[in-house]
Amino acid sequence: MGNSMKINLKVWRQKNQNTTGLFETYSVEASPDMSFLEMFDVLNEQLIEDGKEPVAFDHDCREGICGMCSMVINGRPHGPKQGVTTCQLHMRSFKDGDTVVVEPWRSNAFPVIKDLSVNRGAFDRIIASGGFVSVNTGSAVDANSILIPKDIADTAFEAATCIGCGACVSACKNASAMLFVGAKVTQLSELPQGQAERESRVVAMVNQMDAEGFGACSNTGACAAECPKEIPLSVIANLNREYYKAKLNGK
Amino acid sequence: MSFLFSSSLGRKLVMAVTGVSLIAFLLVHCLINAMVFFNDGGATFNVAAEFMSSNWLIRTAEIGLFVGLLLHIVQGLWLVGDNRKKRKSRYQIDGGSANSTWYSRSMGLLGTIILIFLVLHLKHFWVVSRFEIPHGITEEHTLFHEMVEIFLNPVAVIVYVLGCISLSYHLLHGFSSAFQTLGVNHKSYTPLIKSLGVVFSIVIPLIFAAIPVVMHLGLIK
Amino acid sequence: MKLESKVPQGELSTKWTQYKSSVPLVNPANKRNLNIIVVGTGLAGASAASTLAEMGYKVSAFCFQDSPRRAHSIAAQGGINAAKNYQNDGDSVYRLFYDTIKGGDYRSREANVHRLAEVSTNIIDQCVAQGVPFAREYGGTLSNRSFGGTQVQRTFYAAGQTGQQLLLGAYSALERQIGLGNVKMYARHEMIEVVKVDGKARGIIARNLVTGELERHFGHAVLLCTGGYGNVFYLSTNAMGSNVTAAWKAHKSGALMANPCFTQIHPTCIPVSGHYQSKLTLMSESLRNDGRIWVPKKKDDNRAPNNIPEEERDYYLERRYPAFGNLVPRDIASRAAKERCDAGYGVGPSKMAVYLDFKYNMTEKYGRAEATKRGISNPDDATLVALGKELIEEKYGNLFDMYKQITDEDPYEVPMRIYPAVHYTMGGLWVDYELQTSVPGLYALGEANFSDHGANRLGASALMQGLADGYFVIPYTIGSYLSKEIHTKPIPTDHEAFIEAEKRAKDRINQLMGIQGTRSVESYHRELGKIMWDKCGMARNEKGLKEAIEEIKALREDFYKNVRIPGSVDEFNPELDKAGRVADFLELGELMCHDALNRNESCGGHFREEYQTEEGEAMRNDNDFTCVFAWENKGENNWELHREELNYENIKIQQRSYK
Repeated sequence: MGNSMKINLKVWRQKNQNTTGLFETYSVEASPDMSFLEMFDVLNEQLIEDGKEPVAFDHDCREGICGMCSMVINGRPHGPKQGVTTCQLHMRSFKDGDTVVVEPWRSNAFPVIKDLSVNRGAFDRIIASGGFVSVNTGSAVDANSILIPKDIADTAFEAATCIGCGACVSACKNASAMLFVGAKVTQLSELPQGQAERESRVVAMVNQMDAEGFGACSNTGACAAECPKEIPLSVIANLNREYYKAKLNGK
Repeated sequence: MSFLFSSSLGRKLVMAVTGVSLIAFLLVHCLINAMVFFNDGGATFNVAAEFMSSNWLIRTAEIGLFVGLLLHIVQGLWLVGDNRKKRKSRYQIDGGSANSTWYSRSMGLLGTIILIFLVLHLKHFWVVSRFEIPHGITEEHTLFHEMVEIFLNPVAVIVYVLGCISLSYHLLHGFSSAFQTLGVNHKSYTPLIKSLGVVFSIVIPLIFAAIPVVMHLGLIK
Repeated sequence: MKLESKVPQGELSTKWTQYKSSVPLVNPANKRNLNIIVVGTGLAGASAASTLAEMGYKVSAFCFQDSPRRAHSIAAQGGINAAKNYQNDGDSVYRLFYDTIKGGDYRSREANVHRLAEVSTNIIDQCVAQGVPFAREYGGTLSNRSFGGTQVQRTFYAAGQTGQQLLLGAYSALERQIGLGNVKMYARHEMIEVVKVDGKARGIIARNLVTGELERHFGHAVLLCTGGYGNVFYLSTNAMGSNVTAAWKAHKSGALMANPCFTQIHPTCIPVSGHYQSKLTLMSESLRNDGRIWVPKKKDDNRAPNNIPEEERDYYLERRYPAFGNLVPRDIASRAAKERCDAGYGVGPSKMAVYLDFKYNMTEKYGRAEATKRGISNPDDATLVALGKELIEEKYGNLFDMYKQITDEDPYEVPMRIYPAVHYTMGGLWVDYELQTSVPGLYALGEANFSDHGANRLGASALMQGLADGYFVIPYTIGSYLSKEIHTKPIPTDHEAFIEAEKRAKDRINQLMGIQGTRSVESYHRELGKIMWDKCGMARNEKGLKEAIEEIKALREDFYKNVRIPGSVDEFNPELDKAGRVADFLELGELMCHDALNRNESCGGHFREEYQTEEGEAMRNDNDFTCVFAWENKGENNWELHREELNYENIKIQQRSYK
């Protein structure tokens, strides 16, 4: 265990969706080997001991895969390190005495539930609108009867690694969800299994995305730069292409 | 076709297609303007300018250009306004500089500056070339003379240079962004497009900006 | 109480086929009038909910996370087994069945395991059809790798994110049904009570975690797909929210808890680094394909690993188990690591770790092969490392990155330090062949039940079981119950059973909120975890278990006097959610100790120090303990033990040997 470090925290506190929030300041003794969330655990224990309300924040697997954790740290979703989620961010990325500002994902489509917790149900509804292959259980053919070239499988996999955390939306100045939608559309449009619904899928998903109140993409690239799974910007170009093709065909 | 004005992707398509047309226009415009560098008292330039204002094909295309420009402006401003509304509660700290370029995040602002410049620019030259010169063309009153006259004024020169700088940054993002919106993203072509975009965004506005400067300095007469 | 396993008659290999052909069906018109509640949306829950909805049932699904896609199945790394024999290495349904029974140390039910092996092949077909991007060979066919406890390559994978990809497949199927209106999804809801009417499960009380409201939900049947309870140990590879609450409420409503002490300790996890540690991170078992485990031959050797010469390293797994080497089953690998560390050969700052070293395979296996492929003759060491690194990166890149992120050490340069950690619980709600608990209409699927893994689960079998239960087993077996329920009209939720259940839940919450003591929930959880790990962990003995029982009782008493839960009931209050879960762990922990204390043998993950061979291997007692321990709740932390004898008709019980 390394040395102890003092971190000054400015944390967004908001009671619920209907109230306005404000920043509160705390000071925490941390260790460089702690994860950022473990530092919040320490803060919360401290708050409970002092008879105050702990900070609500979303987290679950703490190994960077569930997509639940969501903090904007000094203006950047999941903090300063590239390619990691908040739970995999360690305090060694900060210095003793640093002041760190922590905010929730901010977007109309992700209303705040409390403090740093937001509601990302919009993503589920986008998937429900078309992010699937319509194949009922039991109707599948033998797995090896669908041959998929390795490069296509790899491209589809790369897109499929999206964890649905919403960092893309939170980083985008327009709160656009194009990277999220693009990733799913790319995965399924690349694979032979996704061909049957290729056009209807992209149109349905884009319609739902717009209805949820996400902004339009202006290709700043902030989403891909902040994506903890490093989903490339090319999935957005692909989404555009798929959508226009579908529209051209009258979908 | 209503999706071009209702869906976020449709609206972006309008921006990209009109953007690419405007890029093409800029290239033509710049080539013609560059003819002043022959330093022949505007002779070559005037021939080209007159061709542009009298050829019916060009004049028809010009209508298309204006429609495109108008769409680009209206759709653009509308999108910027809409996008801003998607985040009512703003961040305390804006971490944008860590993940994107300032000009990619400022297309609305840059576009607006260009728009203001454009109003002035159209009044200076387009109105003159289309409505005044054709009615009273004389040896003394050519578009070239108009330029020389206007650029005597240092304020005009500064405004034009600022306009060109805005244009440069607007293009620096807009050029490659248009291709991304059109769905062109390829392992080997995209880097090529990006480099081409950078060269275009620097060279074209530079040529544009050089004209008022050299004219003001009297290097071209 | 007589435990009726309902295993069908007949030849083992035809039981399931015959069962499917003879189980009563529910016609489509009736299905529309039958409601099914599915709690949990991991692999088992999402696959069950979507499949049942596809069949026409009306489904309500619940999860405590903010989205069904976040269930902890998502964190499974290595892969999923299936008896496809695509590698032509002699795999078959029988071999998968046999490996699973043997790996489980002969403590699972033959018929269930055989069925699991049979449907394993359908799972891969189904997932591929959904667009799950499994790893592929250049020819376009599916790729496989090996896992512990097997000698064939039958594990399908998607880099180190197999669980994620499979769950997203099941989740997309679920979302499709939600979009079609066949499933009503309740996210951020926690089940806190089972509602029973005339002895049958008829619904649940769920707490809306955002508003704190208690909700009543009716179902003709209730499916618990709520995962395992490894978090009773506080530190585990489970997600922070993983809990036993739903299963425990079912247990308290009459469902028996089977083999609760059967816990899997995974051998390859990143060691604990400090007291603030909130969870442990797994390094996939697939790493043991290419990593060699060793400790220094000298005690307290403080040299950097790369400075310890080859002849001074003890590759203890290869030494002790030459036939399986680094790929012995998890329980054996874990115990061997503990044995070395306890004997003073551990490495790292805490001395509670062993090395997992990729150097040899990186250079000699991959580097050399790649050099040959590229026509480089006599490659030097640097070239071999560079070439090997590329391949290792492709196979395990994300795991290596994760390791580096957590420990600040580069595993491409220095060996990983690993130590065993709690990972999976083989025990769970007792279910019969139809996956029904001892409460009619109440089912348990996936890790929440006890059925398939005996005393130790083989790697890549959890994903297989979750999806088998959800996609291919429950859709058939539930017909046996629901075909008799077609005349049952939905019971209105103002029925007194709902009112009573809700009152029980409300009283419990008020009790917790009313304590207003001084200690945080977390501190109790941490203390419970330490008791469990020290005395009911990798090695157990009578004395320790008896102490643990007393300590847990005392801790529980203290909890109900001194716990402090801030905030209020009617708001988003994660501390309250956690308190309810820890309260249940405080009861479960005690039962686990009783279970371990009563099982006077060592088998699989259950290692009683009193029962070991001279070489330190687990010593089973097949005469007395070839059975399932199923515990009935008798209230006030009293339990009655029931036994289900396990009859091995097709496999000869042997001493498990991986030597």
